[in-house]
Amino acid sequence: MTSEHTDALWPDEPGRLRLPDLADCAGLSEAEVLDLVDCGVLTPAGGSEGQWVFGMRSITVARRAHRLREEFELEPHGVALLLAFIDRIRDLEEAVRDLQARLPR
Amino acid sequence: MKFKDYYAILGVERGATADEIKNAYRKLARKYHPDVSKEANAEVRFKEMGEAYATLKDPEKRAAYDQLGRHGPGEDFRPPPEWSTQFGDTSGGFDGMDFADLFAGLAGHARQRGRHGPEGARRGQDYEVAIPITVEESFRGTEVSLDLTTMEFDEQGAPRRVPRTVKARIPKGATDGQVLRLTGQGGKGVHGGRDGDVYLNISLRPHRRYRVSGRDLFLDLPVTPWEAALGAGVEIPTLAGAVNLKVPAGTRGGQQLRLAGRGLPAPEGGAGDLYAIVQIVLPPELTERERSLMQELAAASSFNPRRHLE
Repeated sequence: MTSEHTDALWPDEPGRLRLPDLADCAGLSEAEVLDLVDCGVLTPAGGSEGQWVFGMRSITVARRAHRLREEFELEPHGVALLLAFIDRIRDLEEAVRDLQARLPR
Repeated sequence: MKFKDYYAILGVERGATADEIKNAYRKLARKYHPDVSKEANAEVRFKEMGEAYATLKDPEKRAAYDQLGRHGPGEDFRPPPEWSTQFGDTSGGFDGMDFADLFAGLAGHARQRGRHGPEGARRGQDYEVAIPITVEESFRGTEVSLDLTTMEFDEQGAPRRVPRTVKARIPKGATDGQVLRLTGQGGKGVHGGRDGDVYLNISLRPHRRYRVSGRDLFLDLPVTPWEAALGAGVEIPTLAGAVNLKVPAGTRGGQQLRLAGRGLPAPEGGAGDLYAIVQIVLPPELTERERSLMQELAAASSFNPRRHLE
């Protein structure tokens, strides 16, 4: 049994991912990552077309997109729509949590 | 190892067609998918059905599974010797293997999309781990110890399970819903492929005193009617220790008194706020003296809080 120490990284840790690195982390092909950019699911943090760079937070979004696409065989626009709904639900849940926190017990 | 009935997990007959298996899986995946499900055991069920589907959707793996015959779920089980001769990849024996490992080395395993380098390099597997932490741990940062069993492959491609302990420092300010990443701490890459990562899904355990919204904390602050009316200095527990809070004269029930920067820290600096929500509390029983003073106040006051209802 080996034991290792490591620091957990924030998803938005300063750092930029090149397209191949993001594709590798998310288990997607580069073309699939570009499809997600076209659909507005992923927003490049810089660079220009063909040489986009992405923030570390993109890994979480791309992994979620990959999982949804794999499980339900969705095309990119379907994934984009589903992710938009999931984000909306999370925003609403956040609002409910906030209201509940403000209510005296 | 314990036998798993993959057909029962997906709720299909053993003779189900590939389409029936796919449909059954999709139906269950809609219910238990971690990104959409609120079921208590969703993550466990989803993992279980993913494992079943990964084997049954692949004709070669399904054939290997079917060759194991029928056994009760959870039954102690060991594949017959002829099975490993036919399906290989278990040269190291079955000791320490999990049921799913039997099929991991079969051809289908090498077909993960998008994770291959040009020379057959394969990236190591990623892992996701749920990490519930306390509000105090979020405030100060903490260290967690993860016992992982990662899958590694030898030169011949035979799988083996390697137990590892990873101690991960969780930075202060980690909070509910965040995903942290341990780079390169997942499964080992094969043929020069990059090692996988471990993703930590952070959740906050409920706290007996504070309710959390984002980085703000909310605390119920009981005060007496006379403290609310006349004002008072009260001691408030914060995550950094007790502080004195001035309750202004004329404070109303439900009013939120804000202690700036006393909430959870933000990774980029600064911190949320702590809100004390005033609750005006009467003594459970009035003493004679208290009753008499209340009666005196009632007689002396002309205040009518229900004037707007008239």
